This record gives sequence, C-alpha cells and structure tokens, in this order.
Amino acid sequence: MTTVSSTGELPLRNEHDIVLGRQAVRRMAQELSFSLVDQTKMVTAASELARNALIYGGGGLLKWAILQNGGKRGLRLTFEDQGPGIADIDLALTDGWTSGKGLGLGLTGARRLVNEFELDSKPGAGTRVTVTRWK
Amino acid sequence: MGEFLLVTIQVDMHDQLALILQDDLTKAIEKQGAKGVLIDISSLEMVDSFIGRMISDISGMARILDAKTVVVGMQPAVAITLVELGLSLTGVATALNVERGMQLLRRALSESNDDSFINR
Repeated sequence: MTTVSSTGELPLRNEHDIVLGRQAVRRMAQELSFSLVDQTKMVTAASELARNALIYGGGGLLKWAILQNGGKRGLRLTFEDQGPGIADIDLALTDGWTSGKGLGLGLTGARRLVNEFELDSKPGAGTRVTVTRWK
Repeated sequence: MGEFLLVTIQVDMHDQLALILQDDLTKAIEKQGAKGVLIDISSLEMVDSFIGRMISDISGMARILDAKTVVVGMQPAVAITLVELGLSLTGVATALNVERGMQLLRRALSESNDDSFINR
C-alpha cells in the first residue's frame, strides 16, 4: 500500500517558476537518495511537464508528494493547468507531434523518464499529468 | 582563443535566457569572424528538449555563418537522460572536454583551409 509522507505545491506562472520547480524536484530527489541518473531523469521530466503547463495550459500548479510503499520510497509530481485541454490524447502521446512550436518530445519524452505516467485531460477542462519515480 | 569563441554555461537557464544566449552568440560569431564555437556545458545538471534544441540551433546557425560548433563536457547522467528523452543532438559535434574540443576545432579549421570550397 502506498502512503504519502509529505506534500507541497509550487505555482507555475512563468519561466522562472520552471527553474524553481526543477530545483525543488532536484532537492527532493536528492533527499530520497535517488541515483544521479534518476535525479536527472526526474528533473528533466519535471522541466518538460512544467513548460507544457505554462505554454499550453497558460500556467498552473506543480504538486509534489513523497511516497512510501513498503520499503520503497518515491516521488510523485502532478502538473495541473486550467488550459484548453487535449482533444486527442493518443495523438498528444505520439513522438514528434506538437500543437505548438516545440519538438513534440515533452509528453512522450517525460513518459520515458519516469516509472509511472498518467494523463487526464478533456477539451475545456484543463490537463493533469502525474508522474512517479521510485527509488 | 584566437578565432574561436568559448561559451561556458554555468547557470540553470530559464528559456528566455537560452534564447538570448543564442542571439548573442550568433551576433558574436558574425562580429568577430569566429571560425569555431566551443560550448562548455559541464556545469549543466540537466538538458531538456528546450535547451537541447537551443544547442542544435546554435550549431546550425553557426554552420551557416561558416563556424563550427563543438559542445563539450556533457555529464554522463545528462547524456543518458537526453537520449532517453528522445534527443540525440544529430549534427552537433561533441567532445569530452575543452582540450579535446579545441583539438577538434583546430583540425576542422586546418582541413577547411586546405580545400575551402570543397568541404564546407
């Protein structure tokens, strides 16, 4: 059973918040004794998803939670925005597809960098992406 | 550095700052007639798709301005993450450290001096 030992949130209003989000995720991953590669993967995934929330969602929130499951500890990050949402989730999860000016690697790339990935979105109802990495 | 520009990125850049660097660097290549650009990213703890694209774009723009770009010092954890993310920095020359990057630039420059019309 997974229990949550601590939580918090950070706003994603501008590009500086993306940097602050990356730094906060790095600190938490270090506190959880993630390997350097795992830290880097989680920070990079966070950077992609925070930028998506800002650019496509018009800003939002990064919520974090430290998880405990038996002897395992993990970090769960949720990126929420109240933007236009994603009409075609399958298309959005296709490598190289982008609705904007990006490379189309944000969502698909972030998914490859984490252990668990969940995407909830409806047109007009915003987008929520949840990613988890276990130690 | 002679004909080469050395850029060391030492801060966690926000996106706008990365674009400013790209702009400044292309201007500097033109103004100084630089034939090579060495970008040291050994202090960078993360390269996401935005920074990755900036590095590719700088390399492409520099090439059009007749300068070769070499990216040096990428941390192994960053390289592993970058490839898993889906970015392989195709077309960007890389070297392990500044010294080897300089060698690469010097060699490329002496080759292009030998047959300047053929190989660029």
